[in-house]
Amino acid sequence: MPERITTADVSKVATLARLTLTDDELATATVELAAMLDHFADIDALDLDGVEPMNNPTHLVNVMRDDVIGEVLDRDEVLAAAPLAEDDRFRVPPIIGLDD
Amino acid sequence: MTGQPMYVNDDGYFPSNDEHERWEHRGYEMVVGLEVHVELATQTKLFSASPNRFGDEPNTNIDPVTLGLPGALPVLNRQAVELAMRLGLALNCRVQKSTFARKNYFYPDMPKAYQISQYDEPINADGWLDLPDGFRVGIERGHLEEDTGKSTHVGGPGGRIHGSDYSLIDFNRAGVPLVEIVSRPDIRHPEQAKAYVSELRAILVAVGASDAKMEEGSMRVDANVSVRKPGADFNTRCEIKNVNSVRSVGRAIEYEAKRQIALHEAGEPVVQQTRHWDENDGKTHTLRSKEDADDYRYFLEPDLVTVDPGPEWIERVRASLPPLPAARRATLAEASGEPANSDAVLLVVERDQDEYVLRAGTQGGDVALALKHVKEAPDLSTVVPASSLATLTSMELSGAVTATQAKTVVEAMIAGDHERDPEAIAAALGFEAMDTSELESMVDAAIADQPDAWEKFCAGEGKAMGALVGAVMKASKGQADGKAVTALLNQKKN
Amino acid sequence: MSDTTAGSEPAVQATQIAEGVRHGTLRAVDVLDDHLARIDAREDEIHAFNLVLAHLARERAAEVDAIVAGGGDPGILAGVPVALKDNMCTRGIPTTCSSRILGDWKPPYDATVVTRLREAGAVVIGKTNLDEFAMGSSTENSAFGPTRNPHDTTRVPGGSSGGSAAAVAAGFASVSLGSDTGGSIRQPAALCGTVGVKPTYGAVSRLGLIAFGSSLDQIGPFAHSVDDAALTLEAISGHDPGDSTSIERPPLDLRSKLQMGAAGLRVGRITDLPTGASPDVQARLDEAFDALAAAGAEIVDVAVPAFGYGLTAYYLIAPAEASSNLARFDGVRFGSRTSAPDTNQMYMATRTDGFGAEVKRRIMLGTYALSAGYQEAYYGRAQRVRRLIADDFASAYAKADVLLTPASPTVAFEIGDKSSDPLAMYLCDTYTIPSNLSGDPAMSVPFGSGDGGLPVGVQVLAPALQDHTMFRVAAELERYMQDQQQQGSGS
Repeated sequence: MPERITTADVSKVATLARLTLTDDELATATVELAAMLDHFADIDALDLDGVEPMNNPTHLVNVMRDDVIGEVLDRDEVLAAAPLAEDDRFRVPPIIGLDD
Repeated sequence: MTGQPMYVNDDGYFPSNDEHERWEHRGYEMVVGLEVHVELATQTKLFSASPNRFGDEPNTNIDPVTLGLPGALPVLNRQAVELAMRLGLALNCRVQKSTFARKNYFYPDMPKAYQISQYDEPINADGWLDLPDGFRVGIERGHLEEDTGKSTHVGGPGGRIHGSDYSLIDFNRAGVPLVEIVSRPDIRHPEQAKAYVSELRAILVAVGASDAKMEEGSMRVDANVSVRKPGADFNTRCEIKNVNSVRSVGRAIEYEAKRQIALHEAGEPVVQQTRHWDENDGKTHTLRSKEDADDYRYFLEPDLVTVDPGPEWIERVRASLPPLPAARRATLAEASGEPANSDAVLLVVERDQDEYVLRAGTQGGDVALALKHVKEAPDLSTVVPASSLATLTSMELSGAVTATQAKTVVEAMIAGDHERDPEAIAAALGFEAMDTSELESMVDAAIADQPDAWEKFCAGEGKAMGALVGAVMKASKGQADGKAVTALLNQKKN
Repeated sequence: MSDTTAGSEPAVQATQIAEGVRHGTLRAVDVLDDHLARIDAREDEIHAFNLVLAHLARERAAEVDAIVAGGGDPGILAGVPVALKDNMCTRGIPTTCSSRILGDWKPPYDATVVTRLREAGAVVIGKTNLDEFAMGSSTENSAFGPTRNPHDTTRVPGGSSGGSAAAVAAGFASVSLGSDTGGSIRQPAALCGTVGVKPTYGAVSRLGLIAFGSSLDQIGPFAHSVDDAALTLEAISGHDPGDSTSIERPPLDLRSKLQMGAAGLRVGRITDLPTGASPDVQARLDEAFDALAAAGAEIVDVAVPAFGYGLTAYYLIAPAEASSNLARFDGVRFGSRTSAPDTNQMYMATRTDGFGAEVKRRIMLGTYALSAGYQEAYYGRAQRVRRLIADDFASAYAKADVLLTPASPTVAFEIGDKSSDPLAMYLCDTYTIPSNLSGDPAMSVPFGSGDGGLPVGVQVLAPALQDHTMFRVAAELERYMQDQQQQGSGS
């Protein structure tokens, strides 16, 4: 198991998840997450070599649909439910500080 | 594909490539790999049933999956898989069991804040593409993924993202099926990069996978460029985006290679980053540095299951593939005697007129002459039956019309004269075979009229020939065959 | 089952309502009015619902009655009042996940289960409270306040489907739907004394269920009886081409098996089951084994060595998936938005304002478990443990047809007891989580009472697609308990 989680780790994770934490929240979250990860260290004892990861209980393969046009949503209804719309499109504040 | 500062595969992947010319500048060579995104020509999105249609009113081709609404679930489009397989097989790839992953990042044109993309297990792997001159470019993978929506930036200086007041998002394009074709870093010359893009485009169109229109964005090229001293290890690369035409591909990578060479020579590091090609100033500009670590947190998409086409489906698709451009060029080259990478063969196959030329051959015509006419007169194939073209080439071959006359006949056939019948046109124009004695007397007359020119011609001044030939052409009212006149003149000289 | 209803008036079972309505001996509108009256009487105290759809339900009930009057058959759930957990999309009706971030969002489409309920003649009576985005075991993590246990309103109903469990227990609905990612149906069913079923993964469509952990989530019913649960599950299960993980099978066939008894079945006792069940719960479990043995079942010892690692695997996998599933709540296309000068700050502000503490905690945990440098150590290893658990279950099911465990380690706990200790709360799911990881069916059956006279649930587990065997055993446990109560009441 990696080294104990730090406030710097938690801060980075919060940024990745687009959450803002106050200093107090950051400190609390670090303690909580560290306690959880300590608890979750029980699986460190397991020998997992050669055990395939299980992503999903399903055994299905090749689930596909035909390439046939179906119903579309009503634009006006959808845009009316949007936080902000203009000119038939969704409006957002300037896009800066984001990777593309 | 992230976090790898260096290329990992060996140079000289295809030994035959060594025979080809490499771009070189101040002792450095370029190492280029291309990542090409193509929109597949399906009716609907990759994971939902709203239309995949370019140019519609904003936000009309939307459904819960496209918008990433809560509770929406993706269901894979079988036709998108099949088109990806067609492309993969055309690129000599191994078509294999594949899975989808989520690539997590926030951006307003990415509705779910993750893109569903094939990551660890792409449907197509390890193929290659041969350029017309025989240079082979390795294909690492060709995987399925979904496209994003489109942002329009409002306010600020000229619709650019920087300094805009706000942005508007149209999700019509979101979820459109893409195949990303990742080449190996085998390209060593800007012309190879251009040829690669052109050839890939031709293959895409031929197999019906995409309309591959760079100007509409249904084919988008990113270039990974690094430079090195030949034989040295790979160096840090930069990714060039916004390359919107075949011509820009060559310009952008050449500019970028030179930029990096200048840095190496100045002893400055090349920073791994994404750069933006600006068509106007002909330069690449920093878009963002890779240092601020993307962390896409890829994991297998739990809402989708494995796609395992299996041998039966793969073979069915393979059997349904049309002849590819390279094979068509080879066929035309063999039938015509022209080289496969000659302009005539390249152009006629690119225009999809090779079948027409070959048909003129099977209908009794001469393929080489048919090829020459079709190359020079693209409209022939649309208005003149192959049989008429065949007749014309036969007339030409038998000497019934000269090459020059044949051109005139072609123009008349395209114009629709005499029901496009070459014999009727030739007759109407008074084109008749000129017998050799008549031509010879005209040549003799020309020599007699211009003794100076004859003397110079005999002394080896090639230019003097023009005056003599011109006189014969004039005397024959254009009906003499220039080649025959030249041959007679040479005969008489010896 | 009057004993499962913690109200003054007995609720009517779904099977009886549907039969009565279909034969014209009961009117759907009267059935609805009975339920609405109970809601009027106790909803302020219980807070089972985020939204009661009295008007729409009346219209729908009248429609059902009209179908019957016209000689038609409204379907197998004719006139049955059903409550929906408020994380299932209902067209034009607010769907909140008990979160502020969804604002007043009204989905433009119905979840598949909602469509199936309508096709079966059911009457949707309301949307029930839950732990925000189904993250919790007490329904205290709701942006709209906690739901209270109808058996003791100082106690939690369990969670995350606490509103749906309480709605049935209080007689507000005849049956209800919940979603179960790590026990979110079975644990509240146990604490509220109702039947609660998590079917085989893929048996019920997830289309329109607002995802928490996509590879774990399943929708299932709460009901007064095993028969009612079977009826409801038959109505909502079956292949849905809109969900790629939906099993390509017809709806489950359950009710025809309920009378078969447990004789001849092998019932497994897990010898290495994690400890932690309180003595009153353990005593009831022991009694359940005895009851089944008396009914002719063979009790066999089985080992599921990795069972106890389920909690860790789950609390890495479910938050990882959730961190991605909840990224779409970004203030761009629907729901709430907190204004900010640029899009990135808008994301931060919207999500920071919109999500509650537990949701944020799990998003961060999941983001960390997937992040570069840690993914293999956390998410990757958790997925391998998941495989071990599934393999261990498979070995156990070679020896036993079903397994029995407690559904919850304890009876309902006091409101506020665990809300400041996330890990203590997570331990509530110890016995329910492994079936979500393996994808196998499991259900909680009310089995008498424990400390304070509060309900205890016994969990029946079965291998994938053996939901009907699980129901057979559950029905046997129910019959035993009915007999006990009849003897106890001296009738």
